[in-house]
Amino acid sequence: MCLAVPARLVECRDNAAVADLHGNRVNISTLLVPTAKIGDWVLLHAGFAIQLLSEQEAQETFAVMNDLRAVAGEGP
Amino acid sequence: MNDSIQRLNAAAARLTRPVKFMEVCGTHTMSAFRSGLHSLMPANVTLLSGPGCPVCVTSQGDIDQLIDVARKPGMILCTYGDMIRVVGSAGSLEQARAEGADVRVVYSSLDAVKLAVENPTRQVVFAAVGFETTSPASAAAVLHADRLFLSNFTILTSHKLVMPAMRALLSADDLQVDGFLCPGHVAVILGAATFDPIATEYHKPCVIAGFEPLQIAAALARLTEMIADSICRSENFYSEAVTETGNRAAQELIAKIFRTDASYWRGLALLPDSGLVLRDQYRRYDARLRFQLGKPVDREIPGCLCGDVITGRATPIDCRLFGSACTPARAIGPCMVSSEGTCQAWFKYKRAVNRRSPLNLKSEISDGTLPAPVPAEGRAS
Repeated sequence: MCLAVPARLVECRDNAAVADLHGNRVNISTLLVPTAKIGDWVLLHAGFAIQLLSEQEAQETFAVMNDLRAVAGEGP
Repeated sequence: MNDSIQRLNAAAARLTRPVKFMEVCGTHTMSAFRSGLHSLMPANVTLLSGPGCPVCVTSQGDIDQLIDVARKPGMILCTYGDMIRVVGSAGSLEQARAEGADVRVVYSSLDAVKLAVENPTRQVVFAAVGFETTSPASAAAVLHADRLFLSNFTILTSHKLVMPAMRALLSADDLQVDGFLCPGHVAVILGAATFDPIATEYHKPCVIAGFEPLQIAAALARLTEMIADSICRSENFYSEAVTETGNRAAQELIAKIFRTDASYWRGLALLPDSGLVLRDQYRRYDARLRFQLGKPVDREIPGCLCGDVITGRATPIDCRLFGSACTPARAIGPCMVSSEGTCQAWFKYKRAVNRRSPLNLKSEISDGTLPAPVPAEGRAS
């Protein structure tokens, strides 16, 4: 239940935002990260951004996921 | 992965006794099992699953109320997907839906508010379950409904707090855990400092960990090193997302809408100040009040060891129902229902190694103490 994934904000209006999640557009709330703006990376949990991430941190998370897929033989 | 496993092995070689660590997050449970991490760990280091799966710690009384309210005429019950198959006294939400109840799985609590806006003649109840990662979302839903003056939206709350449960575990005389893997996303909300008392008051090392198997392995390696070196500290291994003080906006939102209250946990019984209830000014959004549900009646399922499993006192294989009467296809206990539950993880990933011998099973059936085994999909013969 506490799974969260990095996503990038592509639209922001008040607390309603659209995030790019691996190419999918999802409607999310940025109520919990009031300073978030378009282009920011966030940690997304159950429709809410719960933390701002630096691009480097987000990419590191993806890199870890890709490493695992490579280890599991699924390719990057 | 290799580095962390090597470090874990090197530290484990220096241990003078076997150690047990406990994670308190369903996502850690699944990640560790799915990746095969358990099989890569040295024999003297064990990782147990604690009370970290929200579905598994929700009391039977709360689950019964959820199903009762879903069966009321004209109701729309919204829930995260995890809860839909949990069995109460009168079936599950899934069964209630098959019999005509309007049960919707939502991704976000705000989707439930949207349903209330779109269905003004219906009552919409949101099943507010989970730890500090999901409680800000429930608080946001109540706040949003309040701003829209919605009179047809309520929440049925069984939100729980992680630290009171960990304190209860740490205070138990029979605790056999040497260190803790702390839940990363709860720490995102509450801040790393929340877990400091585990080291300073209870003298057990703990590491806040991310959710990839690599991150879990690194945290386990560090915990093992700390034991080997007789160090007792609280460390943050998920610093890319977890700050010392956490997400203030989320903390303030939780405090604005909810206050703490005693809460009943499966396996830990009633713990003071371990759950969240709506503050008085938001009580009109309390489904228990609006539909006069009263106090939940708590009971344990006969024969089910879920309560012992999530407190580290038993493993699924110790349960007489595991893998025979209780399988993912026909689950009895919540640890088998939830995709994050320890029993389901054991059933899926560890059964081939640990399953009971057919001989034992046979004798238990013949003495009448165990229901006949149910053939399950993919069951090893």
